[in-house]
Amino acid sequence: MRRMTWFNVTSLTLGFAFLYLPMLILIIFSFNESKLVTVWAGFSTKWYGEVLRNTAFLDAAWVTVKVAFISSCLATILGTMAAIVMVRAGRFKGRTLFSGMIYAPMVMPEVITGLSLLLLFISLGMDRGVFTIVLAHTTFAMCYVSVVVSSRLVSFDQSLEEAALDLGCSPVQAFRLVTLPIIAPAVISGWLLAFTLSLDDLVIASFTSGPSATTLPMKIWSSVRLGVSPEINALSTIMILVVAIGVITASLINKRNVVRQRREEAAAEKLA
Amino acid sequence: MALDVFAPWDDPNAKPLIQFRNVTKRFGDFTAIDDLTVDIFEKEFFALLGPSGCGKTTMMRMLAGFETPTEGQIILAGQDIGPVPPNKRATNMMFQSYALFPHLSIWENIAFGLKRDKMPKDQIGERVEEMLRLTRLEKFARRKPHQISGGQRQRVALARSLAKAPKLLLLDEPLGALDKKLRQETQFELMDIQETTGTTFVIVTHDQEEAMTVASRVAVMDHGQIVQVSTPDVIYEAPNSTYVADFIGDVNLISGKADPRGERLHMHWAEGQPAVVGSPLDGAAKGQDLHYAIRPEKVSISAEKPENAANAIQGEVHDIAYLGNISTYHVQLPGGQIIKAQSANNRRISRRAFTWEDKVWLSWTDTAGVFLER
Repeated sequence: MRRMTWFNVTSLTLGFAFLYLPMLILIIFSFNESKLVTVWAGFSTKWYGEVLRNTAFLDAAWVTVKVAFISSCLATILGTMAAIVMVRAGRFKGRTLFSGMIYAPMVMPEVITGLSLLLLFISLGMDRGVFTIVLAHTTFAMCYVSVVVSSRLVSFDQSLEEAALDLGCSPVQAFRLVTLPIIAPAVISGWLLAFTLSLDDLVIASFTSGPSATTLPMKIWSSVRLGVSPEINALSTIMILVVAIGVITASLINKRNVVRQRREEAAAEKLA
Repeated sequence: MALDVFAPWDDPNAKPLIQFRNVTKRFGDFTAIDDLTVDIFEKEFFALLGPSGCGKTTMMRMLAGFETPTEGQIILAGQDIGPVPPNKRATNMMFQSYALFPHLSIWENIAFGLKRDKMPKDQIGERVEEMLRLTRLEKFARRKPHQISGGQRQRVALARSLAKAPKLLLLDEPLGALDKKLRQETQFELMDIQETTGTTFVIVTHDQEEAMTVASRVAVMDHGQIVQVSTPDVIYEAPNSTYVADFIGDVNLISGKADPRGERLHMHWAEGQPAVVGSPLDGAAKGQDLHYAIRPEKVSISAEKPENAANAIQGEVHDIAYLGNISTYHVQLPGGQIIKAQSANNRRISRRAFTWEDKVWLSWTDTAGVFLER
């Protein structure tokens, strides 16, 4: 291993400070006794208690989870289907345009996505609420799922599906018994990505929600406009914790699988 | 004949298992298979041999049901299988990449097809055990495909495709991924398994040695057509064209003009050189363009002009390739043409009789080579 030079150490420190200092300050001040956010007055966990007693926050949290769950499931189904079509259909007229259109929402400014969806819902006369947020989140999360799944499908050996057909599967069985289990890791990470995207989306949700539905990011945003409270710090710390646990678990599972597979392959080589 | 030789293709009453009837397959403007007709018989080990892009894989995929013929019919056991989807066909295929299901164990891979047939559980178990025994994989039943070696994967793929006892087993370059030694061993294993199970095998390969080793008949393909279909020895000793002669093994080709003289056909090929003498070719007229194909091992090499040789030409040793068991001499004739002659090194560390730039005589009998029209 190469030795750490002073340059490397400095870059590393600066980089990490840039990324994590703001969050660190937020976490520290969530344990502040004082009601004033910027003045330290001793350690306390009372704001966490406040958060858990605040029904408005809890309602918003429930709406957020509900929206994230349903929209990520829908986005996963639609995104996987889109990925399969794009990878399998081969060349047809307008393929580039079509694939470009699938990925467009990734680069589209969120304000525009939100605004156009709002106009659509108004012109259709739809009542805005949980349902419309779900639809909106599904549309923009779908393209992320489709990118993740198609990158896995490109390396998927088509002859596996042919082998399944050859051994007596109907096309649907072949997909369910062979293709889906093999691409499952990509589908699951696509789902996780869609879930997180929906969880922390503020702009699109603000455009497409109605008075009956408020998501957590919207709630935080609106309370912050009245002044940052230590309660918000506590709530944000909880969110950071939840997301961190999720990401770490996912990467640990992934890493363990990779390590195990490598070890087994090495054992097979030795055997040969 | 004393021995009852397996040769249903010579029996006019034998019913073929598979019949290609004027089959054409086009992909857009590209014709992969061009008006092809061929019969394959039960219990045959039939090899489709040709360079890449000759249509052999397309033929196999049409048999499996992954492609449908554009024109013509494919008949399997009396039934036109054109409209039958792959999952309803009594054929199974062993894929070039083996296509083992990575998420299933070896046991489950082999049982996969049987489960689709709704076979009772205990029978599935018996059949899988039988297949594991046949392919000597009993120890690996619980492993996943990435936990075994390449040769074992190849056997799993074979076991899985044989498990459903198909009428016809298709093998797509089955040994391509194995190294040479393992490939040769596996070729004999394949032949044994084919004999034990009595299944009809159709193998696609670009390796002529493999085709010659395993097959009862070989079909040499080029540009979507079968150029010649026959037993390996006929393909080797009596090719019907320079394409087949050149594709199978090593060959010397000489071009010239025909000169029929009764019992023997002469071919003039160069000024001042004696004509090549060989067995006559039906319908060869005087002055017609002809080719003469002769295998290097049938050409003898000597320092003195041999007496009574039907064909004898003098040349100069241009190159020598020592391969251990044999040596190949590249002899340049006065006209510049190179003729390859092989001699077996049947004595250990014997002094080589000839060296570079030696004048030597090449000779062969009048039945050693064949005349070809094209």
